[in-house]
Amino acid sequence: MSIIDNINKLFDHRIRLGIMSILMVNEKVNFKRLKELLEVTDGNLASHIKALEKAEYIIVEKSFIDRKPNTQYMATKLGRAEFKKHIEALENIIKKQMN
Amino acid sequence: MQKDYFKDISEIKDLMNRSSRFISLSGLSGILAGCYALIGAAVAYLYFLPPAINIDYSSTKEIKVNYIILDLILVATFSIVTAIILTMKKAKSNQEKIWDATTQRLLLNFMVPLAAGGVYILIQAYQNHFGLSAALMLIFYGLALVNASKFTIGNVQFLGYAEIILGLICAAFPGYGLYFWALGFGVLHIVYGTLMYRAEKKQ
Repeated sequence: MSIIDNINKLFDHRIRLGIMSILMVNEKVNFKRLKELLEVTDGNLASHIKALEKAEYIIVEKSFIDRKPNTQYMATKLGRAEFKKHIEALENIIKKQMN
Repeated sequence: MQKDYFKDISEIKDLMNRSSRFISLSGLSGILAGCYALIGAAVAYLYFLPPAINIDYSSTKEIKVNYIILDLILVATFSIVTAIILTMKKAKSNQEKIWDATTQRLLLNFMVPLAAGGVYILIQAYQNHFGLSAALMLIFYGLALVNASKFTIGNVQFLGYAEIILGLICAAFPGYGLYFWALGFGVLHIVYGTLMYRAEKKQ
């Protein structure tokens, strides 16, 4: 088994990796804030969120603030574990490249 | 294996920092806060407090509590207004947003220990217990800084630890509260602010 096996395909994309990075250090983040940080369009962000949601790496929490919908996202236990594995794989690759 | 994984790592780091940390505290506001505190302490020393040796903590007659509280409020207000103005200026020149979720969390984490301590000290003061006010202010302020430091870049936690230690020493020397207060809120702020200011200049 090569080290590349631990590279998570789902994280092999700038925006999905970005969403996960933000959710690793923030308990809950709403859509607007994610958009602001990642500098992407609504549709683009929504589709990547869907993909992470489908894999159960993140969960969505919908609520209302002043009758306006407020959607927040959180990383799941599985998502956190997978992200850590992915980072370790990245580290290993970089170490290999250095040698 | 063609992909540049270094770029991935640096992007992760950047996003984690930008999304969770507030980076616009200005060193100059620390220096100025220290100066206000020293002026406030001098005013209290000259007008509102009897000499340290004569303080009898069981009597209130000589201590003008309301004036001291007003003095403290003025020092705090000037410091906060200065910090807000300078931070906004710095954020503008760095093109950062100042009022976002990170700032809100920073303030919340800072205010909880500070407000709890402040209210406690006021309750005590109105019951004529002032003996440990200076020590308590230093300790609670230090705890607030340590608590908030998780959301800032820089070394605010060290200022926090220094304030806590100073507060504890202060508690062991009753009667010298004002001096410790001036040292903690005045001198430490100026020292810390200067260090930050120099670090900012280097960047």
